[in-house]
Amino acid sequence: MNWGSAADFFAMGGYGLYVWGSYAVTAVCIAIELVSLARRRRAAGGPS
Amino acid sequence: MSSATREALPQGITWFKYAAPQTFFPLAGALAPWFAAIAVVLFVAGLYIGFFVAPTDAQQGEAYRIIFIHVPAAWMSMLIYLVMAFWAGVGLAFNTRLSHMMASALAPTGALFTFLALWTGALWGKPTWGTWWAWDARMTSELLLLFLYFGFMALQAAIDDPRRADKAGAVLALVGVINIPIIYFSVKWWNTLHQGASVSLKSAPTMATTMLTGMLVMVFACWAYAIAAALWRVRCIILERERRSDWVRDYLGAGR
Amino acid sequence: MLGTAGVMRSVIARDLTLAWRRKADVFVAVLFFVIVASLFPLGIGPEPQLLRAIGPGVVWVAALLASMLALSRLFAADYADGTLEQMLLAATPLSIIVIAKVIAHWIAANIPLVLIGPLLGLQFGLPGDALAVLALALALGTPSLSLIGAIGAALTLGLRGGGVLLALLVLPLYAPVLILGSLAVEATAAGLAAQPYLLLLAAMSLAALSLAPWAIAAALRISHE
Repeated sequence: MNWGSAADFFAMGGYGLYVWGSYAVTAVCIAIELVSLARRRRAAGGPS
Repeated sequence: MSSATREALPQGITWFKYAAPQTFFPLAGALAPWFAAIAVVLFVAGLYIGFFVAPTDAQQGEAYRIIFIHVPAAWMSMLIYLVMAFWAGVGLAFNTRLSHMMASALAPTGALFTFLALWTGALWGKPTWGTWWAWDARMTSELLLLFLYFGFMALQAAIDDPRRADKAGAVLALVGVINIPIIYFSVKWWNTLHQGASVSLKSAPTMATTMLTGMLVMVFACWAYAIAAALWRVRCIILERERRSDWVRDYLGAGR
Repeated sequence: MLGTAGVMRSVIARDLTLAWRRKADVFVAVLFFVIVASLFPLGIGPEPQLLRAIGPGVVWVAALLASMLALSRLFAADYADGTLEQMLLAATPLSIIVIAKVIAHWIAANIPLVLIGPLLGLQFGLPGDALAVLALALALGTPSLSLIGAIGAALTLGLRGGGVLLALLVLPLYAPVLILGSLAVEATAAGLAAQPYLLLLAAMSLAALSLAPWAIAAALRISHE
């Protein structure tokens, strides 16, 4: 294990903003893609 | 394909029936959840390796952990464009609707990964090299690749007739794919000749095995995700484009 | 019956005559070229050293944009009056006719840029030999721009929002020409040899000449269906 505590994990050695900024945006983008796919599916008609 | 044609084919070669949207639709529906599940498993594994197994980098500290999404996103952005151009070419050569639909289905996911590569690249560049955007060869090429994706999507969106949109997009995708190496090399040249004494923006010089493993697992995770997203999207496209056909009417009617 | 060369000659002659009758279009494009290049010092400041540094790039970007402006005219008139349909049905291969049209377009739209470019380079304080290389680089690079641009023009034929869409499609593909053309001039200004860049520009134009006509012809057929 690399991290002494949860606080260390979130701080990422001072680079928390950059690391979590990257992964957060990735998660958001994937979520947006999946949600828009679901909506498009519903608009095309019928359940998946 | 008519049953007569199917009987005429030698035994075992029945893959071509999946070239019809009607037969591919359920296949895509069956496969997509599997790829999604594989993606989830690999994402968890890859991120675990990336955050809990891979050690801290001597030069870049914890900031380097961005590569576990940056590099896979960059590779995916290029791979998806190649696959998109491949299906576009197949569609033009064999005049198959489904190939074009697949190319159209891949584009948004490809653009997504390109954007992520650029975003994570900027966030990696700031702490490591002091600047959000350094106009290095790879990031600049990624930026141009994003424009190529947007151009493809914009062209298809601007054309009302789906067949014309398919074929026009396909020509554009193929022209793009031929140009990508030219763009990459000229941008690389541009960068080296202008850089002079600036820092060389290569990734961490020596990578511990665990770092490489984590990156590879993430690459496969992104690949599985891209396949799932593309299959789901192509199903939407099939329903939209074929909505007047009997099988779609039956399919949608039965669901209600 | 005209042979291939005869057909090409007549297409070029026709297009050049039409362009001559609408000289205003050419003037407008050249004026655009000059205005765009002149905007940069207004935005950046008149300091000579800075302008000399950005000069090659600015003139090339302005040339790219001016070249692209003229592209929508390439097929639009023929599309509107039915000449395009005749070209599609002609016995002569469409790619041959297309080459002829692009040649005529290059003469009418890009040669003015090749001539005016060095004058703009003067505005940015580029030395004499760099100006000569600028003209040569523009002459060698603009054929690629016309050929690649023609693919875009054919794909966007008759579409709403065509001009801006054309720009989005075509400008990323112009990047290598821009880079090489700009480097050629900068190298000369720095006292280095421009030959490798000029040779590459020529090679790109030749490659475009051999490959693009097929794509343009295919795109015209697709757009016309």
